[in-house]
Amino acid sequence: MIETKHLIKSFDGKKIIKDISATFEQGKTNLVIGRSGSGKTVFMKLLIGLLTPDSGEILYDGRNLPAMNKNELNALRQKTGMLFQGSALFDSMTVMENVMFPLTMFTRETRQKQEKRAKFCLERVQMKEAADLYPGEISGGMMKRTAIARAIALNPQYLFCDEPNSGLDPKTSLLIDELIHDITQEYSMTTVINTHDMNSVMNIGDKIMFIYEGKKEWEGTKDEVMNSANKKLNDFLGASDLFRKVRELEQ
Amino acid sequence: MTIYSKKSITFVAYLKVYMLIIKWLMQFGRYVLLMQRVFTVPQRWSVFFKQVIQEVYKLGVDSVGIVIFISVFIGAVVTMQVSINIKSPLIPDFTVGFITRAVILLEFSSSIMCLILSGKVGSNIASELGTMRVTEQIDALEIMGVNSANHLILPKIAGFVLFVPVLVFFSMFFGLLGGYFIGWFTSIISSETYEYGLRYWFVTRYIGHSVLKSMVFAFIIASTSSFFGYNVRGGALQVGKASTKSVVNSSVLILATDVLITLLLV
Repeated sequence: MIETKHLIKSFDGKKIIKDISATFEQGKTNLVIGRSGSGKTVFMKLLIGLLTPDSGEILYDGRNLPAMNKNELNALRQKTGMLFQGSALFDSMTVMENVMFPLTMFTRETRQKQEKRAKFCLERVQMKEAADLYPGEISGGMMKRTAIARAIALNPQYLFCDEPNSGLDPKTSLLIDELIHDITQEYSMTTVINTHDMNSVMNIGDKIMFIYEGKKEWEGTKDEVMNSANKKLNDFLGASDLFRKVRELEQ
Repeated sequence: MTIYSKKSITFVAYLKVYMLIIKWLMQFGRYVLLMQRVFTVPQRWSVFFKQVIQEVYKLGVDSVGIVIFISVFIGAVVTMQVSINIKSPLIPDFTVGFITRAVILLEFSSSIMCLILSGKVGSNIASELGTMRVTEQIDALEIMGVNSANHLILPKIAGFVLFVPVLVFFSMFFGLLGGYFIGWFTSIISSETYEYGLRYWFVTRYIGHSVLKSMVFAFIIASTSSFFGYNVRGGALQVGKASTKSVVNSSVLILATDVLITLLLV
């Protein structure tokens, strides 16, 4: 479980994250939604320790991230998987080598065992056939799947996804969403996803948090999101055709 | 029209110089902090050695061709220029070989060759790291718990510093060979006289000086370019700018260090 308590972050004197307290539960896909520029990415960077908060706590199963020393932070990071918006695969490595990378760096297992694990992860995301290709030779969806395989290679406890569906067609987006959701339950991970894709909200949003201008505006489940009375949330959701139609049908 | 007093113009000039010094010091501070992260024990020695070999190939072996090409031509040109410009009954002919050797061994193969390599190797390093930064590959390493500065930069510095003496030897050999060939083709100096000039008053330690200088320059090129590439913020345009900055700064530092080392070694 990950908790944030009174998290504040400013840039050049301007508050970007304004006192956010939230809980992200284990075994659930926790979605952070909000407009572009609302502070979602900064919030995620704070969660994973790429940025340091001005004040507040980020608790990973009770341990405060900003107060961790270098060794504790390294140990935590080995339990963390991250899926970046642009996949962030290493260009100079093949798909297989990308998945092997964390295993080579952090495990003392034999090469055969590492390869077996990497192949298992690639199979899990249906990418075994593309193992010898380079990131430049595969599609955006395949890159995302490879990044998921790399993220789960070390059996992480925490998974973070920044806009996992950006630049993907609806069918591939659905596939990626389902993959993340299944993997979250399979490994009982705490998964946090930044998104503004309403399909994702409807498909896999076990728990949803809406950020508006750096503040937590609303929190609830995907069933509650449909009937929320929050005006700002409704304005945001109202921009989505899918949501409007679902609501019309429900009414 | 506003007329500024001489005093205020001087004040603004001083202020600009002051700001420039502060900016340079801050940049230098960031460079030192980065190097502090670079020079730590690698997380996995096997991965590190593999990377060093890759970097030796990419930064060093791939530069052998251009080093040979440039050295042959510069050696030939130096021989021709010296031969034409010192023609005098008072100066013996073998002086052409002697001066060519001095120029090639002491300055060209180390300093000028490293200036040229700062363009090729420096821009290669800066653009590679810059691209990794803007495509979040460096962030991905950090999230995994890998010291990205150590993992990416140390093998480049080690690989290039270790291989640059080989490039210097190639440059020396082919530079002197270029002078030999031009003498042979154009008859401006006989082979025997040129060879005699090359051997005349030969000081072996000059080769050591040259190798030492080149290793310092290789460190400057690899670390400066890594600094600019690693700290890129933005997109493709900034990667290009970082690449240019790395070449300019490496060149300036090489020239300044060259003076310093020459003063110390003479």
